[in-house]
Amino acid sequence: MSDDRRVAVLGAGMHPWGKWGRNFVEYGVAAARAALADADLAWRDIQYVAGADTIRNGYPGFVAGATFAQALGWTGARVSSSYAACASGAAALANARAHILAGLCDVALVVGADTTPKGFFAPVGGERRDDPDWLRFHLLGATNPTYFALYARRRMDRFGATDEDFAQVKVKNARHGLANPYARYRKEVTVEEVLGSPMVADPLRLLEICATSDGGAALVLSSMDFARRHLGRGAAGGGPRPLVGVAAVATVTPSYPNTVIEMPNFATDSGAVASSSSVVPFRASIARAAYEEAGVGPEDVSMAEVYDLSSALELDWYEDIGLCGEGEAEKLLREGATTLGGRVPVNPSGGLSCFGEAIPAQAIAQVCESVWQLRGEADGRQVEDARVAVTANQGLFGHGSSVLLVR
Amino acid sequence: MPKTRVPAIEGWFTTDEASPTLLGARCAGCGTYSFPPGGSFCPNPACEGTELEPVPLSRRGRGWSYTDARYAPPAPYVAPEPYHPFALAAVELEAERMVVLGQLVPGVTVDDVQVGDVVELVLDTLYEDEEHQYVVWKWRPVGAGPAAGTAGEGGSDR
Repeated sequence: MSDDRRVAVLGAGMHPWGKWGRNFVEYGVAAARAALADADLAWRDIQYVAGADTIRNGYPGFVAGATFAQALGWTGARVSSSYAACASGAAALANARAHILAGLCDVALVVGADTTPKGFFAPVGGERRDDPDWLRFHLLGATNPTYFALYARRRMDRFGATDEDFAQVKVKNARHGLANPYARYRKEVTVEEVLGSPMVADPLRLLEICATSDGGAALVLSSMDFARRHLGRGAAGGGPRPLVGVAAVATVTPSYPNTVIEMPNFATDSGAVASSSSVVPFRASIARAAYEEAGVGPEDVSMAEVYDLSSALELDWYEDIGLCGEGEAEKLLREGATTLGGRVPVNPSGGLSCFGEAIPAQAIAQVCESVWQLRGEADGRQVEDARVAVTANQGLFGHGSSVLLVR
Repeated sequence: MPKTRVPAIEGWFTTDEASPTLLGARCAGCGTYSFPPGGSFCPNPACEGTELEPVPLSRRGRGWSYTDARYAPPAPYVAPEPYHPFALAAVELEAERMVVLGQLVPGVTVDDVQVGDVVELVLDTLYEDEEHQYVVWKWRPVGAGPAAGTAGEGGSDR
């Protein structure tokens, strides 16, 4: 794997997830200061700020990069603000990385934070009859769990997945998150408790659908040269704390025709004229692009952080990131391969199951956890000898995101 | 006085109550289908077409998957009081090779249907106000079975 396309992660920081009800800027600044401290750098050292936007917190949320920069104190740093729904954090990360790789800056800060309403995510206000996100609620009553449940039921019919399999994903992630100080839910659950929780969107139950949370996450990135100078190391690396690098950031869109029904759409693309047979399905294309960019394969992966919006969706991701073949995810789960101590632990952080979703922070949080795992600093949830981590996430309206990290 | 039945959205389906169809768009250049209609550009990246003609979509398809809504969705969904859960279907249309969402007619639950079952399009009331019934498309299982029968009475024939 070539080194010249990598950037270094010098610092990772988070504000604990919860339902704190405070301004999102507080979480973002707390995460940024934690990441800077972790990097042993000062805010004044940052040359570029990449903010991940939130659309539920007014204008400051639409210009998140500048909002965080102002809250930290104007320094003249260059700035960007990105929105890509659930993949916003990866979009911000991609901007920062591109600036570093292009030689436009040495050190960059990536920040995302959110304050969320209670209950189902609803579209932003106003009557907007030209917005599919508004219309799917109005005409169908199709909430986000509707789409997750359609995938889950399909898994059951095609691959024989059971309610117990889905519940076991929740049980696993709840156990993983127990020791994570940033997780919102730190409580073990049993299969019986999961199956006993109220059905929300058949076959998915309340404990299998991710909550909406407040939280913030941040990263300090730099060029590899800067990182080596800063850490006082030679080109060979070494020293007490392993240097973690970003080897790929895939922010791909689907290829036509996308034949899986995607939130917030009413229909898939049509395969009548353009055949779907030669097209890689969207979710599977996301990590594949990251693997290709990094020059590694799924067989090299030590751990994964995937977007478990539902318990069942985590199983789809096993296949989509190449941990197993189609229809084999249940077997992988039942074998314990994706549990801490197994061959390739998935969501050692506890995942969305333990965090709930703080949209613009989530893709960044996946990277924070991967960094701590690769450094061997994930107390109480450490993946043994983690060397390569992959994250995967999908934002509505066709935003893929996958980050490949190595040490 | 009976309420006037009006489409909950204009131009997405025909209002022929006996035999309604969804109205998709078909590119005059390459023949690619899309739904909903109203777009300005052919979605096929191999085509630069901008003439999208309204076209009726197949009235029948096969269930790709199903779910339901046990809790009232938030606004802008207009949920009745008291709330009754409803089921939804993603339906695969063979000729168009696309999957289209829709509610299942009242009375049909996820336990009444299997992936691959044939369903057909009907019109049903989505919500009402003082003067109007707002109508939307829904899917109804085809063939025998108590669920389909119940749905016929309670669903499309109101």
